[in-house]
Amino acid sequence: MSQTLVGTSVKRKEDPRFIQGRGKYVANLQLPEMAYIAVKRSPYAHARIEAIDTRAAEAMAGVLAVFTGQELIDSGVGKLPCGWVVPGCKVPTRWPVVPIGDKVRHVGDSVAVVVATSPYIAEDAVEAIEVSYTPLAAVTDAKRAMQPGQPVLHDDIPNNLSYTWALGDRPTIEQALSASAHVIKLDLTNQRLIPNAMEPRAAVAQWNAATEEMTLWTTSQNPHPIRLLLSAFTLGIPEHKLRVISPDVGGGFGSKIFHYPEEIITPWVARKINRPVKWVASRSESFITDSHGRDHVTHAELGLDAEGHITALLVETWADHGAYLSTFAPLIPTAFYHCLLSGLYKIPLIYGITYATLTNTVPVDAYRGAGRPEAAYVVERLIDLAARELDLDPIAFRRHNFIQPEEFPYQTPVAMLYDSGDYNRLFDKAQELSSYSELVAAREAARAEGRLVGIGVSGCIEASGPAPSKIAGALGSAVGFWESSIVRVHPSGKVSVLTGSHTHGQGHETAFAQIVADQLGVPMEDIEVIHGDTAAIPFGMGTYGSRSMAVGGSAIVKSAEKVRKKMLKIAAHQLEAAEEDLAYDFNGGGVYVKGSPSQKKSFFDLSLGAYTAHNLPDGLEPGLEEQAFYDPANFTFPNSAHICQVEIDRATGEVSVQKYYAVDDVGNVINPMLVDGQIVGGIAQGIGQALWEYGAYDESGQLLSGTFMDYAMPRADVMPVIHTARTVTPSPHNPLGVKGAGEMGTIAATVAVAHAVMDALAPLGIRHLDMPFTAEKVWSAIQEAA
Amino acid sequence: MYPSKFDYVRAQSVEEAVERTSSHSNAKILAGGHSLIPALKLRLAQPDLLVDLGRIAALKGISRHNGTVSVGALTTHAACAASDDLPKVWSEAAGLIGDPQVRNRGTVGGNIAHADPASDLPTVLIALGAQIHVQGTAGPRAIPADEFFVDLFTTSLEEGEIITRVEVPVESNQGSAYTKVFNPASRYAILGVAAQVAIAGGVCRQLRVAAGGSTPKAIRAHHVEAALQGQPINDTTIQHAAAAIADDLGEEVIGDMYASAAYRRSIAAQIAARALSAAAARAR
Ligand SMILES: Cc1cc2nc3c(=O)[nH]c(=O)nc-3n(C[C@H](O)[C@H](O)[C@H](O)COP(=O)(O)OP(=O)(O)OC[C@H]3O[C@@H](n4cnc5c(N)ncnc54)[C@H](O)[C@@H]3O)c2cc1C
Repeated sequence: MSQTLVGTSVKRKEDPRFIQGRGKYVANLQLPEMAYIAVKRSPYAHARIEAIDTRAAEAMAGVLAVFTGQELIDSGVGKLPCGWVVPGCKVPTRWPVVPIGDKVRHVGDSVAVVVATSPYIAEDAVEAIEVSYTPLAAVTDAKRAMQPGQPVLHDDIPNNLSYTWALGDRPTIEQALSASAHVIKLDLTNQRLIPNAMEPRAAVAQWNAATEEMTLWTTSQNPHPIRLLLSAFTLGIPEHKLRVISPDVGGGFGSKIFHYPEEIITPWVARKINRPVKWVASRSESFITDSHGRDHVTHAELGLDAEGHITALLVETWADHGAYLSTFAPLIPTAFYHCLLSGLYKIPLIYGITYATLTNTVPVDAYRGAGRPEAAYVVERLIDLAARELDLDPIAFRRHNFIQPEEFPYQTPVAMLYDSGDYNRLFDKAQELSSYSELVAAREAARAEGRLVGIGVSGCIEASGPAPSKIAGALGSAVGFWESSIVRVHPSGKVSVLTGSHTHGQGHETAFAQIVADQLGVPMEDIEVIHGDTAAIPFGMGTYGSRSMAVGGSAIVKSAEKVRKKMLKIAAHQLEAAEEDLAYDFNGGGVYVKGSPSQKKSFFDLSLGAYTAHNLPDGLEPGLEEQAFYDPANFTFPNSAHICQVEIDRATGEVSVQKYYAVDDVGNVINPMLVDGQIVGGIAQGIGQALWEYGAYDESGQLLSGTFMDYAMPRADVMPVIHTARTVTPSPHNPLGVKGAGEMGTIAATVAVAHAVMDALAPLGIRHLDMPFTAEKVWSAIQEAA
Repeated sequence: MYPSKFDYVRAQSVEEAVERTSSHSNAKILAGGHSLIPALKLRLAQPDLLVDLGRIAALKGISRHNGTVSVGALTTHAACAASDDLPKVWSEAAGLIGDPQVRNRGTVGGNIAHADPASDLPTVLIALGAQIHVQGTAGPRAIPADEFFVDLFTTSLEEGEIITRVEVPVESNQGSAYTKVFNPASRYAILGVAAQVAIAGGVCRQLRVAAGGSTPKAIRAHHVEAALQGQPINDTTIQHAAAAIADDLGEEVIGDMYASAAYRRSIAAQIAARALSAAAARAR
């Protein structure tokens, strides 16, 4: 093969429209006669709805209707389903709108819906709705929720415990720990985060009463699964009458995977009033309705033998799931968490258990990394403490326990089969990139001056591109994890690529076009990538879990291969040659006779010929369009070595990240600029979690950080210069040799910054602090240590 | 996030703006909108009429005349941050306000009229001994910054009065500086200290210090001033004087999820010392 667009930083095809404000987001849609929805939301974390008085709202000019929960239920709307049900899991009842007599269970729960001729009137009417509540005591703490005497959210779920999930044999691991020369014990929390995608969620629905077809535009990362859930569980419109479109979507980070109440309410209202309707979340609504991330309380123990080899690991976690189970919530603190506890290391024995609790908070589900950052944080915090307690360099100690290159594929004790990797080379590169020994020397010099400078190291693994479907099903998934594609060559030789993946910022329109350009030898300009519309694309699974390139990209390769095969057949017939004597021309498209390149059928001739069907081999169908469904054999296992330096202002406790070096192995790279973008953006998010971000609730269940004035997002001006580099160990099991690149930055940076802060504080005897390392928290720890 | 219904007029002159606001029972002045618009969207403010000052050119700009600098109420923080005519403490503080969007839209008049306890400008204006010029139906008057700020979101502006400009004295022998600890979410001040000092023969001859962000309104740091006035300027005297800020902050210190009252009280001396040192270094 040649024409190597793959591997180069082709500029993003989608950027001109975004930069010029020509993107088409759900909120931009304007349809004739459009009406607007606003949702009345609970101000209480836990309360019984005694009555709702909608008369004043209904009487307002411009208000078309006001609906309460029972009306939706009576018309056949179903409960929101959980798409991943682990054994023994109790799924709480969740209605799109809580009916009178039932309870609201978090601030932001929906209690009534207004539809009006303008969004202003809709909002006025929401204010005019009177709800009488009987407030109830709330519980907001993952661990406390299970204790006796706490408020119970759902009568059929005692102790607020939805399920318990465990992996490994506890007695064996406990025995191994007690026989270990050293045991490192740690209690930690991984705080709740609020995703805050730049574009708030939105939905527009249009009902065609003549054909009884519904079109729903929604800000989803996966329109087909949303259509399936709507039709099979919630809205009840059959799949072939329901079209779901996710046009340009402004970021998701996982929060736009899930099936949300407004996605049901909006089309339901559109059909009810037979008018197109629009709902757009305000930022305030996003804070209290988008599924949150993380929120673990964990106890962990790591055993070491006298030589500093890891003997065993025990991890016990209380995972706050919020008030209901969001669509994939039970996957996150189970298979995506415990199955990653081996990290980059040879750990012979691992036991993990998760208690899944329900609290009066916004539901918690996948957020960039989803389980894997939590796992990496636990493992790496223990590894770092072990190195410190044994007085070893953190990198040397890691190397001492690495899985070695010749041991791949490597079977961990927690189900994962690592595909490939070379962690020594990864760290060689990271040490070189960061001039590690000079960093250490500079830290020593700074310490001698009394400054609080720290170096943090992280070595992380991720399992991206969940697979295979068979195993997912056995673990509780309601969906498969394959991906679809169609490569459609038009008669004129132009190419449409239809993908079941969904881009909401990643740059698929560019990266996928690069792949097809190389596969078919045609120019990038001749290729258009189409996604996000269930009427245009084959059933596809969407984008999450860093799966798009490894799974969606592989599906595209498979379709392109079939197209080439068909072209070869047509060319063989027309050139009157045997297929073995022909070669595909990757530098311009078409097929030529080996050794005689002038004897050739061009890409254009073959495309047109496939459609005129004037001269096709006997039995070959006309047309040039191929489809593939690619079900990956395994996850891919990207890995990383990140090193950073922080300095703490002793007087205020403020932490500044001064230097950041990231070496990632994401396998083969299609577009280095896009990968850097993913890594750097992820690092910014990781720094955000380590230093500032915190979805904090008070005891009554009020969200304390419910606006950007209180929820601290990372800012451009406090980011360090981020130096990136890569090592490449291709994944052996997908045709592109790629691994996921979307989440590693977030996973690794949180750990690296945490370690740097702990390293800076180590001379004061401070062993562990929980994130976020806000100035006051750090300052208080310094005062206590003094 | 949709405001309730209001009318809107674009005033062509200060007189018109005064007339419109004073003749209407529930009118609000609109400047950069960076505090007012969020309040409208959250429906915390529900005026019936917005009187937009945005097109009144006379309210914009920074000008210097013998011994004073005058800053129009509509001047943006970005313009202040870029100005060489303003005392350093002001341009420095302006450059630390919010982010570029906020600095490009937010105005001097709007900032001080809003009197957010976490704002930076009240602290700066008190330290500079600014005069705040306002105009109302009863004509113009000037209010010293020390008297302008009354309490949390409360000023001594009378009903219908509009801030037209702020005037500060400038003397070439003064050095000034602003030191700020940020709220990491909002970027407002958890604590800000502004200092202006004149030094002769190594001795502090003149000093004004103010602190904001931690108290319901920005305060003059009289205790700090008294401790350093007439003293030789060195690390020891600065540290000693800065420690007196605890007395200036008093009992009413604010706390929130990022910074408790105790924390603010404890770090104040160090922040004050930094402001004093930087101001002193510039005075030399
Ligand atoms: C995200 C964010 C971060 C910020 N960070 C900071 C910060 O770090 N430090 C800081 O100091 N500030 C900060 N601000 C505030 C900003 O500096 C604005 O100056 C301030 O919001 C008000 O100015 P404005 O021109 O936008 O006024 P507006 O919002 O238009 O008006 C505010 C109030 O002042 C009144 N008003 C306006 N002009 C006049 C006038 N000439 N006479 C009388 N009344 C008037 C209005 O009626 C209204 O009540 C921040 C704001 C935001 C949104």
